[in-house]
Amino acid sequence: MSSKVLLNSKEIEIILHRLACQLIENHNDFSNTVLIGLQPRGAYLAKRIKDILTNEYHIKDLKLGLLDITFYRDDFRRRDSPIDASSTKIDFLIEDKNVVLIDDVLFSGRSIRSGLSAINDFGRPKLVELLVLIDRRFSRHLPIQPNYRGRQVDAINQEKVKVCWKETHKKDVVYLEHN
Amino acid sequence: MKQLSVDHLLGIKYLNKNDIDLIFETADHFKEVINRPIKKVPSLRDITIANLFFENSTRTKLSFELAEKRLSADIINFSASQSSVKKGETLIDTVNNILSMKVDIVVMRHPNVGAGVFLSKHVNAKIINAGDGTHEHPTQALLDSYSIREKLGSVKGKKIVIVGDILHSRVALSNIFALQLQGAEVKVCGPTTLIPKYITSLGVTVETNLKKALDWCDVANVLRVQHERMDVKYFPSTREYTQLFGINQQVLDSLDKNIVIMHPGPINRGVEITSDVADSNNSIILNQVENGVAVRMAVIYLLAQQIKR
Repeated sequence: MSSKVLLNSKEIEIILHRLACQLIENHNDFSNTVLIGLQPRGAYLAKRIKDILTNEYHIKDLKLGLLDITFYRDDFRRRDSPIDASSTKIDFLIEDKNVVLIDDVLFSGRSIRSGLSAINDFGRPKLVELLVLIDRRFSRHLPIQPNYRGRQVDAINQEKVKVCWKETHKKDVVYLEHN
Repeated sequence: MKQLSVDHLLGIKYLNKNDIDLIFETADHFKEVINRPIKKVPSLRDITIANLFFENSTRTKLSFELAEKRLSADIINFSASQSSVKKGETLIDTVNNILSMKVDIVVMRHPNVGAGVFLSKHVNAKIINAGDGTHEHPTQALLDSYSIREKLGSVKGKKIVIVGDILHSRVALSNIFALQLQGAEVKVCGPTTLIPKYITSLGVTVETNLKKALDWCDVANVLRVQHERMDVKYFPSTREYTQLFGINQQVLDSLDKNIVIMHPGPINRGVEITSDVADSNNSIILNQVENGVAVRMAVIYLLAQQIKR
């Protein structure tokens, strides 16, 4: 298996700041906007974005929720091995809120589809947007596109985009792996 | 990725510790789900479940039904009193007829010991035992342990006394298996006539003095006297039973600690437990009922995971 670095930690840092600025352009003071990170890996990205918005752009009372989509997936019982569920932590209502769904990689779009179903169980959002760090082009199974993307990547099906966060892998880096 | 080591939930004795841990971890997620504004997930949209109750049940049946609905499964209900069983149909015929309607999971309560095991060998569906005679009631034991874990942090090392009619109780047997698997110490307490002769071979101790048993324990799981399963008199009178084995506030006040009170229901208030104890802060009886839905969702979800189309 070979792998090459798609984004190093400096590039990720720049991209996260740019994504935060793009969010501010559309959501101002975030008074009616909440961030929802898709568990498990979107949660790290969502927490980073929240930290940047709070600490560097002084957005106050920004709400962040973590959403697990295991029970909403369309491949339940179709996978060789079952997926372990993660916890959902959303301690606010989403009714009439602007929601920014956050995930690390957008590939087939099926996780996002599950996320859209799951989010409705917490209320009817006014608007849902999608933010991803990596957008894999030409691989979508559903008509889903991000509103905010960190980097667009053309990758063939045998390739895998692996996002590592310093919280779990000691450094921020995105690899493109080829089997 | 984790999955259950068994194909059916027939009894706790067929499970291992990892299975119980997996069921509890999954139940934690479902407990969060059933406290949401919309308490439903679509996981089991294409699964059909038959609830076959050959014996009366209120809370177990409702709890299973709710758990199935919360998972979006289609359900059909059957109770023996309104069925062809009364006309002489055999268990296998009844179930096979129901399975012809493309049922994936059967939840069954039956008065005969081993009915679930028997069925699992003859029909092509996942079987969940919702109580088979005086044998096992695995989901009740799971929700009891889950409630202890929730209240006290863990089951391991805890001292649990099961008080009451041990002889006729499937809840007692399943609880003994489940608690021991998780490293708890178990004692049973009740009239000698209502304690099975060889119960100590399961590794539990026996105490016939309620006060001593309560002094020893962290948790008391109180069972009802099952008059409907008694063909002879096992104790002189209900009044005498209550005096010796009924849990009341005075007994609890005489202890030098607070203990957790559990009851699988239905409660005979004033017999095995008084109302003030059942409704006190020490009681987790209603938590058991809530946890029952989450634990049953977990069991159904994990078994459904194994069904391949």
